Amino acid sequence: MSSPSTVPADAQVAVNRPRRAAGFWPRALRHRSFVAGGVLSLLVLAAASLSLVWTPWSAYELDIAAKLRPPSLAHWLGTDVLGRDIVSLLLVGARSTILVGIIAVGIGLTSGVCLGLVAAARRGWVEELIMRMSDFTFAFPAVLSAIMLAAVIGPGMVTSITAIGIFQIPVFVRVTRGSAGAIWAREFVLAARASGKGRFRITIEHVLPNILSVLIVQATIQFALAILAEAALSYLGLGTQPPQPSWGRMLNDAQSLLFQSPSLAVYPGLAIAVAVLGLNLLGDGLRDLLDPRLARER
Amino acid sequence: MTVQNSTSAPLIEVDNLGLRLDTSRGPAQAVREVSFALRRGETLGLVGESGCGKSITALALMGLLPERAVVSGSIRLDGRELVGLPDPDYCRLRGNRISMIFQEPMTALNPMHTIGRQVAEPLRRHTNCSAAEARSQAIALLDRVGLPDAARRVDAYPHQFSGGQRQRITIAMALACQPDVLIADEPTTALDVTIQRQILDLIAELVTERGMAMILISHDLGVIAENVQRMMVMYGGTVVESGTTEAVFSRMGHPYTQGLFRARPKLGARKGTRLQTIAGTVPELADLPAGCAFADRCAIVVDRCRVALPAAVDVGARHRVRCLRTDVAMASPAGGLGA
Repeated sequence: MSSPSTVPADAQVAVNRPRRAAGFWPRALRHRSFVAGGVLSLLVLAAASLSLVWTPWSAYELDIAAKLRPPSLAHWLGTDVLGRDIVSLLLVGARSTILVGIIAVGIGLTSGVCLGLVAAARRGWVEELIMRMSDFTFAFPAVLSAIMLAAVIGPGMVTSITAIGIFQIPVFVRVTRGSAGAIWAREFVLAARASGKGRFRITIEHVLPNILSVLIVQATIQFALAILAEAALSYLGLGTQPPQPSWGRMLNDAQSLLFQSPSLAVYPGLAIAVAVLGLNLLGDGLRDLLDPRLARER
Repeated sequence: MTVQNSTSAPLIEVDNLGLRLDTSRGPAQAVREVSFALRRGETLGLVGESGCGKSITALALMGLLPERAVVSGSIRLDGRELVGLPDPDYCRLRGNRISMIFQEPMTALNPMHTIGRQVAEPLRRHTNCSAAEARSQAIALLDRVGLPDAARRVDAYPHQFSGGQRQRITIAMALACQPDVLIADEPTTALDVTIQRQILDLIAELVTERGMAMILISHDLGVIAENVQRMMVMYGGTVVESGTTEAVFSRMGHPYTQGLFRARPKLGARKGTRLQTIAGTVPELADLPAGCAFADRCAIVVDRCRVALPAAVDVGARHRVRCLRTDVAMASPAGGLGA
């Protein structure tokens, strides 16, 4: 193979420009909402991890004699109506929140992304079927499906995970189909088809990597929604069952004592707010950082 | 590449190709009665304005039409019928025996993958060579298409290259498996004029070197004139004139070809001279007139032009024109059209 004798004129242009203005982390650490969201989310994660090895008191042992204590050195945030330490309950509650969130978003993400990719790759009636089915699921109230599930398999963590997970699927189907459809319309996909690649390989090698950032952002935001949904279902008594502590459960317990000791409702409420706010900020930050067109410092 | 059947049998044969698209405005006959045959080493140019059916003809050859397109007629590669070929079989031909170079080098490469990987991909797909072999072949290909410092830059990403360099990379991609037929769809339209020439020269060199058949699609008469042996002028989905490039340029049998030719900007024209245009607009493919597609814009149109699609008539050796009034059109090529 010989190279042409003359150096092409375009050879002088654009030799080794840096790949991005700066790497991901230097930019990320200057991005306010990413940092704030990251700190809050890590806080919740740390609380959950800590509860695995240490809690100030047991979250399962009742001490009726010590019920409804105000904050003190022994019980930093006081005790609930059954005498359980609030801090311990919050720490262990973080665990079930994260567990439910991860599994439910995992269900929604994997099924939703697969269906969305198939819809975008196959088009025609397959796409129509998948999209109408997800419309149907989306239109069905999540709480209602959770109640139905609870009637069939009984209330509990599995019920809430399944209900939330199913509710997440259509969101991911839509996001995936939309962004994958845009990638399918790009010329490099046509070029890939022209070089003899089938739909499956194009989906894996060209479409998925190009929509990954959208999916990461969506998953973060869906995680926040899953936490809210888990709290709501537990509050309704359909989710996590006693004695397993959960933030929604704590809200439910606090409800009847709202006038005697309102702080009981404030702590789990704050915990939920911190987790949801943290994940939303993180999602916002990631969207800015992962999308080159929106890349800017805030 | 062995050049065994270079003389007699055509490599690719398109016979009476028709394409119908179902659009929201009803069925559109995007291509009608297109026929041609190419042997190894032959080059064919497709010229015409936007929407005349050039690109969709190319996509039909690649089997990459949208699903709502209905194909009639026949496309044969080495005698094997391609119309109606199942997709998995077509996948084995694409990039292997028929390749395509696209118009937009800026978007024809996946921004997420290194160029080396993208050039090596067809090799990995169609030949059973190892990753290392594919990589070294990719470097050799990139070197051949004139990418400077190919061995070092093989792991760079598309955005690190200029437009001309990227088009060289897509050419390397298209040629990786030594295809027999190369389709270049406006390969230089998105590039600077200075780069255009280099890319076209490169393609011409590679076509000769590898004995490929090439179909060059362009709306640029200059590009067609310098780069292909034969040409077809397309209008409203039909071939209105075909023949050797020399014959078509020197004799211009169809009023549309003449109009196209006169609409070129001319060097050294008097200052303030306005570009000549062809009166009217391109007809919508969804409601093409029954007869000659050019009838509404033609200066020498008569009633029978509007009755049925005129048949192609021979006006010289392998020079065919789809016009009823070639006698008038060719008698006064300059006055055949109202300005």
